[in-house]
Amino acid sequence: MQDDNQIHAGFSDPVFQSQSAFRALLAALSEPGLACDIGVSVETPVGLEPATAVALLTLADYETPIWLPAALRNGPAGAWLRFHCGAPLVDDPARAAFAVIDGAAPEPKLAAFHAGDDQFPDRSTTVLVQCAGLAGGETVTLEGPGIAGQRAVAPAGLRPDFWAEIEGNVALYPLGIDLLLVHGAQVLGLPRSTQIVEAR
Amino acid sequence: MTVHQSISDETRPAYNYAYLDEQTKRMIRRALLKAVAIPGYQVPFGSREMPLARGWGTGGIQVTAAIIGPDDTLKVIDQGADDTTNAVSIRRFFERTADARTTEATDEATIIQTRHRIPEAPLKAGQIMVYQVPQPEPLRKLEPHEAETRKMHAWAEYGLMQVKLYENIARFGEVTTTYDYPVMVNGRYVMAPSPIPKFDNPKMQMSPALQLFGAGREKRIYAVPPHTNVRSLDFEDHPFRIQSWEQPCALCGAADSYLDEVVIDDQGGRMFVCSDSHHCETRRAEGHRGAMLADASVLHLVEDKP
Repeated sequence: MQDDNQIHAGFSDPVFQSQSAFRALLAALSEPGLACDIGVSVETPVGLEPATAVALLTLADYETPIWLPAALRNGPAGAWLRFHCGAPLVDDPARAAFAVIDGAAPEPKLAAFHAGDDQFPDRSTTVLVQCAGLAGGETVTLEGPGIAGQRAVAPAGLRPDFWAEIEGNVALYPLGIDLLLVHGAQVLGLPRSTQIVEAR
Repeated sequence: MTVHQSISDETRPAYNYAYLDEQTKRMIRRALLKAVAIPGYQVPFGSREMPLARGWGTGGIQVTAAIIGPDDTLKVIDQGADDTTNAVSIRRFFERTADARTTEATDEATIIQTRHRIPEAPLKAGQIMVYQVPQPEPLRKLEPHEAETRKMHAWAEYGLMQVKLYENIARFGEVTTTYDYPVMVNGRYVMAPSPIPKFDNPKMQMSPALQLFGAGREKRIYAVPPHTNVRSLDFEDHPFRIQSWEQPCALCGAADSYLDEVVIDDQGGRMFVCSDSHHCETRRAEGHRGAMLADASVLHLVEDKP
């Protein structure tokens, strides 16, 4: 519809849209495995899921380097994030505060992102994993803080060794990256504190 | 930046919705998300000047300002009471800056900002507790250097805290800490639950509500997600115990709530009343009557509606 050189609009009402989007993100990370509707829509640049775009508009600014796959970084998504968030786009995944990856792509590995350091585990990367769906995939049972008992999730379109990588990330606790699985307007939190009980 | 619209013309706001600017809110929101992902770990944040002195709840106010929206209903308590100075002024602050709906009813609130108590009524899923924290570092009285306590948390070196509790038992026969009683969160971080009485510690264990902690002066934010293991530190032969009282609340007769001692004359007269004012009022409205309710009513200290 629009040509690629044009940067789409961001939030129409930044204060209230970012507030409600943040509450969805807070709910997603405090209740891992629960798909939360981000509740806000913006005109999304090519390559970003709507919830990815809203999450980055809500959280990213000049203090938070963002890592994007090369195709996105050099395309309209990169320009859109630079313009609206003022965020630097970095080449090195380990320097990023936020990252967007395609759940099906083999690279980069989750271990390539910054896991924080022992005295400042909060300095780790938050990775937005864009996947084909938050249901209908391989079923995995989760437990940990934010989950009463256990919770089953089945996100679709993830690379085959994704859950093995997650187990590697969980083993680093209290270090580790925090993930948000994203599809459409929905987001599902998978912080480092969430453990995998069984994968089927 | 969008300026909050629904404030009447005579008080034109010179500030953003909920007082904080959007960049500050983003910074606090990022800290909150990391805090939730690492339960009990203190995330440093850039605490701002607020229009009240540090030590009066600026950490809790900043957390509330970063999360509150038009759909929220806010309850503010100070030592359990909705009608004390700190609670009233903070509630008014959010009424003015965020046009917030406020309530005194625990079950109607979506955000409960608190100083030093957890309400008696059980919390529900979807509610958010915001604690005002004066000293977020549970190890600070044992080790004054931040560089050292940070390493102790990094390596889970909590022996010093166990020694402190042990020395208490060796000297007095029991742990004498009665408030801000240290807890172990998710089996990893020792956390200061803020100066709530240890009576309230068990309410944090597997609570269905999200609990956020803000320390403005000390510039730390931390969190306990819902359904998280929060264990008060103790020993096998000296298990954790909460306070108990020999008499029930003098106004509502509750035997299971946290009681404040009130001096009522200069002859040594005392009464014990619920610290949670809303809980006490709710019980009185339900017809529960304590031993001194009639006396207090005569003095117009409380309303007695039989």
